[in-house]
Amino acid sequence: MSDLNAVTTAEAPGPAPDRPRRANRSLAGDAWADLRTSKVFWIAAALVVIVVLMAAWPSLFTSADPRDCLLGRKDAGASGGAIFGFDFQGCDVYAKTVYGARDSVLVALCATLIAGVIGVLVGLAAGYFGGWLDAVLSRFVDIMLGIPFLLGAIVLAKRLSSNPESNGVLAVIVTLGVLGWTTAARVMRSAVISAKGQDYVAAARMLGAGPGRLMFRHVLPNAISPVIVVLTILLGINIAGEATLSYLGVGLKGDAVSWGIAIAETGPYARTAAAPLVWPSVFLAATVLAFIMLGDAIRDAFDPRLR
Amino acid sequence: MNQEILLDVRDLHVEFRTRDGVARAVNGVNLRLHPGETLAVLGESGCGKSVTAQAIMGILDTPPAHITGGQVLYRGVDLLQLPERERRKVRANRIAMIFQDALSALNPVYTVGFQLAELFRVHRGTSRGEAKRRAVELLDQVRIPDARRRVNDYPHQFSGGMRQRVMIAMALALDPEVLIADEPTTALDVTVQAQIMNLLADLQRQRTMGLMLITHDMGVVADVADRIAVMYAGRVVEEAPVYDIYGRPAHAYTKALLESIPRLDHKGRQLNVIQGLPPALTDVPRGCSFHPRCAYAREICRHEEPPVYQIAPQRIASCHFVREVLGV
Amino acid sequence: MFRFIVRRLLQMVLTFFGATFVVYALMFAYVDDPLQALVGDRPVTDSQRAALNARYHLDEGFFAQYWHYIKGLLTGDFGQSLTGRSIGDMLSQAWPVTIRLALLSIVIAAVVAIGAGVLSGIRRGGVFDTVTLVLTLIVLAMPIVVLAPLAQLVFGIQLGWFPPTAGRNAGLYELLLPALVLGSLVIATELRVTRTSVAENLRADYVRTAKAKGLAPRRVIGVHVLRNSLIPVITLIGVDIGVLMSGAIVTEGVFNIPGVGFNLFRGIRTEDGPLVVGFVSVLVIVFLVINLIVDLLYAALDPRIRYE
Repeated sequence: MSDLNAVTTAEAPGPAPDRPRRANRSLAGDAWADLRTSKVFWIAAALVVIVVLMAAWPSLFTSADPRDCLLGRKDAGASGGAIFGFDFQGCDVYAKTVYGARDSVLVALCATLIAGVIGVLVGLAAGYFGGWLDAVLSRFVDIMLGIPFLLGAIVLAKRLSSNPESNGVLAVIVTLGVLGWTTAARVMRSAVISAKGQDYVAAARMLGAGPGRLMFRHVLPNAISPVIVVLTILLGINIAGEATLSYLGVGLKGDAVSWGIAIAETGPYARTAAAPLVWPSVFLAATVLAFIMLGDAIRDAFDPRLR
Repeated sequence: MNQEILLDVRDLHVEFRTRDGVARAVNGVNLRLHPGETLAVLGESGCGKSVTAQAIMGILDTPPAHITGGQVLYRGVDLLQLPERERRKVRANRIAMIFQDALSALNPVYTVGFQLAELFRVHRGTSRGEAKRRAVELLDQVRIPDARRRVNDYPHQFSGGMRQRVMIAMALALDPEVLIADEPTTALDVTVQAQIMNLLADLQRQRTMGLMLITHDMGVVADVADRIAVMYAGRVVEEAPVYDIYGRPAHAYTKALLESIPRLDHKGRQLNVIQGLPPALTDVPRGCSFHPRCAYAREICRHEEPPVYQIAPQRIASCHFVREVLGV
Repeated sequence: MFRFIVRRLLQMVLTFFGATFVVYALMFAYVDDPLQALVGDRPVTDSQRAALNARYHLDEGFFAQYWHYIKGLLTGDFGQSLTGRSIGDMLSQAWPVTIRLALLSIVIAAVVAIGAGVLSGIRRGGVFDTVTLVLTLIVLAMPIVVLAPLAQLVFGIQLGWFPPTAGRNAGLYELLLPALVLGSLVIATELRVTRTSVAENLRADYVRTAKAKGLAPRRVIGVHVLRNSLIPVITLIGVDIGVLMSGAIVTEGVFNIPGVGFNLFRGIRTEDGPLVVGFVSVLVIVFLVINLIVDLLYAALDPRIRYE
């Protein structure tokens, strides 16, 4: 999970570089032209579409109910619609795996949105205003980075999920969102600092644009692309984060269906029945992979130097 | 001047094969260098002068660069035919090179002493202590004050001029017979430039080295060079003793270059800059490659590559209108 | 160098207070009943309540609580778990095996990542490079909750190459599979950074100089390129220690290794709040100290930092 964080810090997609543009195309248009020819992009996009469909309309993929478990068919092999067989409680593994996408994607999307908003605002403020505000915010980011991600998440998630009534969705969203914004803020800050120095910003300022307009109309649009890359990868990290917290017992719980819970529950029985452990693992890894590949492809399109 | 030939480059061809096409960077260059002589290779950026130098050294990255023809004879031995192992013994020992930007050309994480001593240790098998002592000696020779202490400093702790002195010390460490200096003063302040050029000239005289000075700056050349080879689009278009070139250029390009230098006695007159840009190496014009920018160009220049005219014992020029340019 | 160390130490003091404060705030700030937050939804006896109050000063203000907590940390008093065991004792029993595991996985990860990363970086676009890139992508996509149970299943149970669990006195061989799992968490990023860094450095001017000095390719890469390329990798290894800590919680849980992560894993499962806060605080401190050491190492590798 936070290992993925390291990718984005280490190969931080800098602000969009100067490069020869093809005639009459914006940087985004150029990037899109690159993306369209990228195999990695299309594979990732296809995977993402499948996962999102699965999350939105699980009934498209299975007619079984993941909570319809019969101990009588415990560890039974594949039959009919239950192509992955049944787990130790007699639940349909395929149905559980399909339904596991829902909360995973929901949690990751919301958490990434929160992290994105915080990260963009903090980075924008630090980069645009500079001075003491930048110093304070940057120190705060350093402090946050001084806490290994999962350790902080465990503490916060444990505290938020102490309400026995909830199924933990909100707690995990807040946990991942509140702790996950640091990379986005760092990348945003450096992108803003370089965008701020561009001539067109100076020109807009001379034409009398106020700070709010300058920040949101001129600087933000030109500094946002590296942040989008970071957030795409963060989606993958958050999918993994939700699974890990759920696995540890401080994430989703109760009647929630989650890949992390499935892995935790079936792990000890893997010796007798491997399928209930293997399939949620495969789906989880494939989903994380899809978002990382998507992020990689977008970064390559925006910044060919890093290829 | 000694007539023995140290370095003889014959009909050298280098091309870069990239995704965007083949760039012909060097198209049949001929150069000769004698002991104790300074040959200036002059040309705009992208004319192939640095590529020629790196081809002589054998440090081009292949791919994308490919040497497609010609010979580089050092004392009669074709370096291009030598196995890499033998070739490495020539570098620094016989032919050494210094680069334009000494800050990036020196390794930032090792002391200059380490980088100097490395030469003795690798090529001569000298002991650590002895190599260090030799490094101090070398820094002394290139007139770096307090060499004994500074030998332990890192490149970023030196000023630009001092760094270039370190580069020179490194190049001269193993007493090479040929020194190739690729724009050695371009990155420096004007006052420092003169100091470095004087240092180079002094060291060259002491050691009777052949010096190949690559530059785009005609001002630098005038004081130190014996002969000048003017390059354009990967070819030597004119070669002559320095006074002849300044007095009476024989190629239209050389003439245009000279006229584009601001001169005090021409104050108030309009400067004759050369129109246009040097050609892209992926698309060198047919005929004489200079014709699109040339004031003398006529129909023949568009179709026929000009031959090389021997216009005096030590002068050649490759221009259809040598006579007109010379004014005879 | 001296000034660099002093500045880094000051920074670390600030980060130390900041990070411990954040951890403490995550747990206790704005809680109606901090005690309930600490013990979860299990019932609390009056004597437990009194003991916890005495330990955490929960009846005092938030900043006073933090003050008592930080005083405990600095004097090596990490409190007691809900089961009444001293957290300090638990830690000292748990450290040895965790340190062995961590060292093993760091070494495996660094050797593989740097070795393969250098080879990939030298021949970018070659077969080896392409294969490694695909492999790293797959490894990157495997969260620890996938990696650890699957590795145990495949290599420990089905293939039987390694023992599926390791005990307190686990030797090198028992720890090898967990260490590989743990190392895989950081191998991919370290490898990719090495690769990019080597490829960039190979294009640097000083490499051309080294070639012009007549050095053999082995020396150009082994002496000149490698040291420059390692600079970003070393910084990354500091960050990766945090990843390893997180990963150790799941890995030690899965492989039954009674180390620090295992204790934390059980503490989370049993909702033992004091244990979790105590262990997490200590791990955060260890993380900060290791990063300080890594920074000093970084300065040793890169003289430009030392003399700035």
